[in-house]
Amino acid sequence: MGASSVIGDMTTGLAEQPPLQLFKESGQREVFCGLTSIVWLHRRMPDAFFLVVGSRTCAHLVQSAAGVMIFAEPRFGTAILGERDLAGLADANDELDRLVKDLLERRPEIRTLFLVGSCPSEVIKLDLAKAAERLNTQLAGRVMVLNYSGSGIETTFTQGEDQALLAMVPLMPSSEVDQLLIVGTLADAVEDRLVQLFGRLGIPVVTSLPPRRSTELPPIGPGTRVLLAQPFLSATARALVSRGGQLLTAPYPFGVEGSRAWMAAGAAAFGVAPALVAEVLDPLVERGQRAIAPHRELLAGKRLFLLPDSQLELSLARFLQRECGMELVEVGTPYLDRQLLDAELALLPPGTRITEGQDVERQLERVRAERPDLVVCGLGLANPLEAEGIATKWSIELVFSPIHGCDQAGDLAELFARSLRRRAALSFS
Amino acid sequence: MELTLWTYEGPPHVGAMRIAASMEGVHYVLHAPQGDTYADLLFTMIERRDRRPPVTYTTFQARDLGGDTAELVKSSIAAAVERFQPEALLVGESCTAELIQDQPGSLAATMDLGGIPVVSLELPAYSKKENWGGAETLYQLVRGLLKAQVPPPGEPKPDPTRWRAEGRRPRVNLLGPSLLGFRCRDDVREISQLLAGYGIDVAVVAPLGARPADLMRIPTADANVSLYPELAGPVCSWLERSFGMQMVKTVPIGIGATAAFLRELHGVLGLELPAELETAADGTCAAERRSRLPWYSRSVDSTYLTGKRVFIFGDATHAIAAARIASRELGFKVVGLGSYSREQAREVRAAAQELGLEALISDDYLAVEAAMAEAAPELVLGTQMERHSAKRLGIPCAVISSPLHVQDVPARTSPQMGWEGANVIFDSWVHPLMMGLEEHLIGMFRHDFEFVDGHLSHLEGASAPAKHPTATATATAPAPASIPGDGVIVWSPDGEAELAKIPFFVRGKVRKNTEAYAREQGLALIDSEALYEAKAHFAP
Ligand code: SF4
Ligand code: SF4
Repeated sequence: MGASSVIGDMTTGLAEQPPLQLFKESGQREVFCGLTSIVWLHRRMPDAFFLVVGSRTCAHLVQSAAGVMIFAEPRFGTAILGERDLAGLADANDELDRLVKDLLERRPEIRTLFLVGSCPSEVIKLDLAKAAERLNTQLAGRVMVLNYSGSGIETTFTQGEDQALLAMVPLMPSSEVDQLLIVGTLADAVEDRLVQLFGRLGIPVVTSLPPRRSTELPPIGPGTRVLLAQPFLSATARALVSRGGQLLTAPYPFGVEGSRAWMAAGAAAFGVAPALVAEVLDPLVERGQRAIAPHRELLAGKRLFLLPDSQLELSLARFLQRECGMELVEVGTPYLDRQLLDAELALLPPGTRITEGQDVERQLERVRAERPDLVVCGLGLANPLEAEGIATKWSIELVFSPIHGCDQAGDLAELFARSLRRRAALSFS
Repeated sequence: MELTLWTYEGPPHVGAMRIAASMEGVHYVLHAPQGDTYADLLFTMIERRDRRPPVTYTTFQARDLGGDTAELVKSSIAAAVERFQPEALLVGESCTAELIQDQPGSLAATMDLGGIPVVSLELPAYSKKENWGGAETLYQLVRGLLKAQVPPPGEPKPDPTRWRAEGRRPRVNLLGPSLLGFRCRDDVREISQLLAGYGIDVAVVAPLGARPADLMRIPTADANVSLYPELAGPVCSWLERSFGMQMVKTVPIGIGATAAFLRELHGVLGLELPAELETAADGTCAAERRSRLPWYSRSVDSTYLTGKRVFIFGDATHAIAAARIASRELGFKVVGLGSYSREQAREVRAAAQELGLEALISDDYLAVEAAMAEAAPELVLGTQMERHSAKRLGIPCAVISSPLHVQDVPARTSPQMGWEGANVIFDSWVHPLMMGLEEHLIGMFRHDFEFVDGHLSHLEGASAPAKHPTATATATAPAPASIPGDGVIVWSPDGEAELAKIPFFVRGKVRKNTEAYAREQGLALIDSEALYEAKAHFAP
């Protein structure tokens, strides 16, 4: 363990720029698995239920990531495998069918059931695709059963959403209609706002995946321009392309720069005149910059270290460096999909150190050696780093908070500035 | 296969983590996929720990499965030993690794680790849970470290009163306190002080704060105190069998239990019972005056606590203690008692039986919530989950047991055990009850002009206080009763108005009882008169 290698310099789009430094690291990873994304997916689709087929560990992970439950009956749960299920797969299949039947009887409002694979279900080769097929026949259309893997041996954290959306792609109706399809879970209010803005740009049809109702899937086909709202949807993007969609590449809608470029990419795909784009977006950009300004004052010149976690790291690094004036010490990312992140890489300053993968102990050694002003990391690491005198921002908040779009740029900057502001506000002398 | 929406206990390896993280100088190499690292946040966020738990995860991935995951285990062990230089190493696996059968314990045994003690943990993830895993880990660790010290069979057992001959103060071990246990940090402090007051020293506290070398000193004590049987039960029994160390079993939560604990301890150690611990004719002892609970409970101000209906659910230790305190020391009526600790189900059942109840042994929080609603309590003592259930039902609640929320690790010292623990319990149980009463008063007076609308109490709007206690009710059409019977039973407006005057937290129960009574009596209409009849009928 603990291998680290330079896999080469990579030249960004602009030939005259010095290259980024790209490292690959392997060792102990301190990242959630894909099951975690159930926490936001189930909120997005209130008529869907997420049933993890796994162990008590899986159940404990999801509830720990979600924090203490405050709802009567959550729309997610775990079919916990017992020793009997491990002894015979035939039994396990029967048990799963029985459990699903009971569940759906008790929860008649459920329209879509996601069977979510875990490490244990994959290791024992419990075929959830077959199970979904079997259950779909039994249920005869009353409830749609889908399956995907959120296992830790296959997926990290936000990749769970990629797998969930991927499972929905085959069910999307085919259509030639001209439309802009936004892919990735957004807070409802943020989504409404973005749809409204695209409307002002004259784009007639704007749809979303995942939809708010699991049964109202948007169509897909040659007229569809696919705009990813999140940088971790690789598999979904490829599947949408294979259904005829046209994948737009742009930086992701974080900060005013990213948001403007992202919306402009959508507009360009519909031939919207740049003058109209400027007319609609520039006031928002200007207002966003004003909202960022007080936070920029605090963040500018501060050194930032991002540990690999949510897969938003590159986009956030770009925002914090370019719009908030922070210096990048190291940008970690669980994995790097060049196709999806080219536009972000092109905006990072020359020489930026990017690490793909993780060897947490060695990475923490670098954190200690560099003593950055702010570290973006997971919940397991935040307090220990704070105790060492290093300010942190937990990354999980970034996937739960509305941070997309020009209107949110100030709030996004504030999330990072808050950590520093709070430290400055405290005094015990 | 079992559907779980929420679980009171984590998997058994989280129990092992609790032992490792509670101690110093122990490291745990866990063969597990990356997602399992979530467990770190239980310690760094809930317990606000200033360091990561001492756990190295192998974080194997699917692509490793074809190759050599065993090699990954070995390199992880080697790296962890080199980096952390532990004084003892735990090696184990989580649910997924259990399936691929790399047997990390055996792999570790083949490695040269510089002679540090290695304990291989086999914690069946598909049949056991967190507390069991914690107890097993503590037991295996202590056993592993003390193997060489076990006296040969037939050797006379050490006399717990040998301290006298050795010319020193008696000393005991406090076993069981751990991270993520309910108020363990403060209980250790309280009990250590309590014992010091009687001239008894604490030899080893474990696992909380102990090093492996401390565990090796366990046999130097005269007896073991099983402070938290969920974790310390197996190790205390083993120490009794192998070293002849007697175990003090009473858990000192509450006045009666604290006094009984001290008497048991004095008995085991052969200490003369101080006069203040002797039971007087009226059943009290002078020592209990060290706590304010007995007097507060006797004070006339507490009269209103009499017969308050309480529903209790938690781990076995805290639930049993709560039932005893509630019924005997506060004069409540326990209307429900249960636990998620299957390993201690027998003890919980016995405690329930004493109160004329049937214990609820379940880890399904919805079943617990249903039992709670059915029992119509005025106060709930439970875990964080019962707090939420109680909130939904509009019933006040105090938390008495793990699983922990960050709120259950208060900054102030807040023990459950000993005399001060009893004080804390009095305050933390009675306070929400008073809040509940105030809520009701707010409901009653909300139509007075002085009443400022929008005043929300600590119950945060969980309850809906009386909506129509006034004339408006007369305008509403009679509503059919909520339960099916022979024929529809209807509430008259004045019946509804009368019902609305009843405190919200018993209103549901009264409605149900009255309807049952009406059906029994063949009444079709429930008016205020019928309600009073029913009330008299059901009066205890
Ligand atoms: S890493 Fe695997 S076993 Fe662990 S919680 Fe995630 S899916 Fe379950
Ligand atoms: S805030 Fe309201 S409920 Fe709380 S003590 Fe004051 S009056 Fe009572």
